[in-house]
Amino acid sequence: MSQKVYIAGVGIISAIGNNVGENLASLKDTKAGMQNMERLQSVHKDKLPVAEVSLSNEDLCSELKLPNHISRSALLSTVAAKEAISNSGINIHKWRTGFISATSVGGMDKTEDFFTEFMADHPNGDLKNVVNHECGAVTEITADHLGIRDFVTTVSTACSSSANSIFLAARLIRQGFLDVVVAGGTDSLTKFTLNGFNTLMILDSQYCQPFDENRRGLNLGEGAGYLVLVSEKVAEGMNQKPEIALSGWCNANDAHHQTASSPDGTGNFLAMKGALKKAGLKPADIDYINLHGTGTNNNDIAEGTAIKNLFEGNYPPVSSTKSFTGHTLGASGAIEAVYSVLAIREGLIFPNLRFETQMKEIPFAPVTELQHKTLKNVMSNSFGFGGNCSSLIFSKVIG
Amino acid sequence: MSRIIKMGVAAAMEALKDAELPMPDAIVTGTAYGCLADTDAFLTRMVEFNEELLSPTSFIQSTHNTVGAQIALMLHCHHYNNTYVHRGSSFEAAVLDAQSLIEEGEAENILVGSVDEIIENSHTIISRFGIYKESESNKLLNSGTNGTMAGEGATFFVFSKNKETGSIAKLEDIKTYYKTNRKAENIIHNFLMENNVRVDNIDLIILGNNGDAKTDEHYNTVAQHLFGGKRLVGYKNYCGEYPTSSAFALWMAARMIEHGKKINDETSPKKILIYNNYKLKYPSLYLLSAC
Amino acid sequence: MDKQELMQRLKDEIIKQLKLEGTKPESIGDHDPLFVEGLGLDSIDALELIVLLQQEYKIKLNNAEQGQEVFRSVSTMADFILEHQAKQV
Repeated sequence: MSQKVYIAGVGIISAIGNNVGENLASLKDTKAGMQNMERLQSVHKDKLPVAEVSLSNEDLCSELKLPNHISRSALLSTVAAKEAISNSGINIHKWRTGFISATSVGGMDKTEDFFTEFMADHPNGDLKNVVNHECGAVTEITADHLGIRDFVTTVSTACSSSANSIFLAARLIRQGFLDVVVAGGTDSLTKFTLNGFNTLMILDSQYCQPFDENRRGLNLGEGAGYLVLVSEKVAEGMNQKPEIALSGWCNANDAHHQTASSPDGTGNFLAMKGALKKAGLKPADIDYINLHGTGTNNNDIAEGTAIKNLFEGNYPPVSSTKSFTGHTLGASGAIEAVYSVLAIREGLIFPNLRFETQMKEIPFAPVTELQHKTLKNVMSNSFGFGGNCSSLIFSKVIG
Repeated sequence: MSRIIKMGVAAAMEALKDAELPMPDAIVTGTAYGCLADTDAFLTRMVEFNEELLSPTSFIQSTHNTVGAQIALMLHCHHYNNTYVHRGSSFEAAVLDAQSLIEEGEAENILVGSVDEIIENSHTIISRFGIYKESESNKLLNSGTNGTMAGEGATFFVFSKNKETGSIAKLEDIKTYYKTNRKAENIIHNFLMENNVRVDNIDLIILGNNGDAKTDEHYNTVAQHLFGGKRLVGYKNYCGEYPTSSAFALWMAARMIEHGKKINDETSPKKILIYNNYKLKYPSLYLLSAC
Repeated sequence: MDKQELMQRLKDEIIKQLKLEGTKPESIGDHDPLFVEGLGLDSIDALELIVLLQQEYKIKLNNAEQGQEVFRSVSTMADFILEHQAKQV
């Protein structure tokens, strides 16, 4: 029997709060994070609402004592990862500790500044702004800040990136390669991604309405989320043994199209089914699904259809917390993993904001108001470009 | 389809054909820079046209997991698909993931590889850091001057849990370190001890010399201390320097072992150690043996 | 520009915009369906054609659905452009 992997701590920064407490309060008070673009400088400023983290780069740098040229992705990552570690109360230096991060934009925010000058003339552009362009560079800034060296890596599979970093952490702990892993992901808002999604014509010019018949698209967000995953042995030694474990996970590929999901959500279905199998659970055991739920026509129909086919009448309560945070891309899997852990810990099902009209293709509707309920198993879905589909299951551990 | 995708897909298809494996249980890719040409195209246009008239295709293909995804798409492979993007240890992370998938029982035959490309702008920018030689040299490894030469490539392997009839070699072990304080000699010594291998048992050592005088001094010192009298070879004279070049070294080692087996030559290497240390920050070790 | 000339030009532009290496303009029939059958284009190609319309003809489509009608064939594209240009005059 393989050993369990426990969640010993969580950390998060998003448009609805700079830490776990603030995020939870916003989720309870149904306070969404979208608004007009303030920090990001773009020609689409007044047309496309986004969900920005309230702290400026200067605020973040001074809080972390990091230099000003550091990518915002790294700053957000460091804040959330530090919180996760302190939340766990574990002395990470006592154990073989890894840092597995994920990002889709990496240091692109600074590269954009560099590139404008570089394009004017190739000897131009401050190299300081491009030296941390690579995704891995962003991870290293945080790893070095935390003093983690035993294992450091970065996943990048678009919008499922940080779900993948979490299951890799679990596997490496189960196999005795590491004792403690800080795993999750980060992405800051950039012009690159804003314009990229804009060319795909899937950005909503209003606040997004996931799983609504009249949904129009997604709002981009930014943030970072991390979990501290620990082995049975580390868990045993803690003052209070963690009550939540990562019990199941699966990555599957839709293999349908580079960006679009297949109409029946083949990849989504396989990921959810595989995660249930890994956890040894039946569909009826799932008490809540935190949806990928971007609010695009294509995602919601694919995900909805996959749930319809897999759960066949036993539909658990579902909601998309992207209606609060926007779509935080490479960070979304981890941010929603943190929310899933909070859902179990607090006994809460978070609402899906702005839902109005039932989608005609699926027989269930998302939860629209905060519900108090004891939850045992929570599923979190993350699906990305390249058909990359991941599902995680968090479970309350008895005894 | 951009060049890096073509390179990656071509190498992947060749590996699958060679292994006679129509459908892998998992596809794991490593890339430090990702799809640079598409990233560059999108960024350039975004600046030039002030965020208007942008191509969705460049954006989509700029995503780091594009190569792994394209392979899955072409194979209609619904299985596990992951991409690692960690600088000089991107390929190593992919190999470790594959190993872990096998150990977890989640996969038995895995397509593992790496891709990185050079484009004009990336070369110009990286050159400004003073990393590359300014003049051309056809003797990269013995130049005695500063700087290396840029390289690129796509390399894919099929890793199998069990020895198959067509298996080329056995990957005994792989290790990678992040900014370790430990000396290279110490790391290598431990690696060999853990695998119960003495230097005497190793037939060939492949080192990551890249033609930069300072970097090569590191490899030469290690070689002097640990591998006196052993057969040593470099590989970056073939593929140049890039963050995922250790995949090329592993491919070369595997081919040497396979070739030796084919011609049944006593003197051909049966046990090969690879030591690469990209930018002297990401030491990685591979031990490969005939099977 | 008459429709025949415009269609000729569009074929060249479509090949260039979509990087259809190896496709010759004369192999695209005026009334051939561009999507699924015919040239076998997909939803992303439709977005590329929206960029083409904006770039070359200063016509802005606001949603991808509108493209479905317009991009049925080279002929329907040409009609749409001519109609738009007539309105502008």
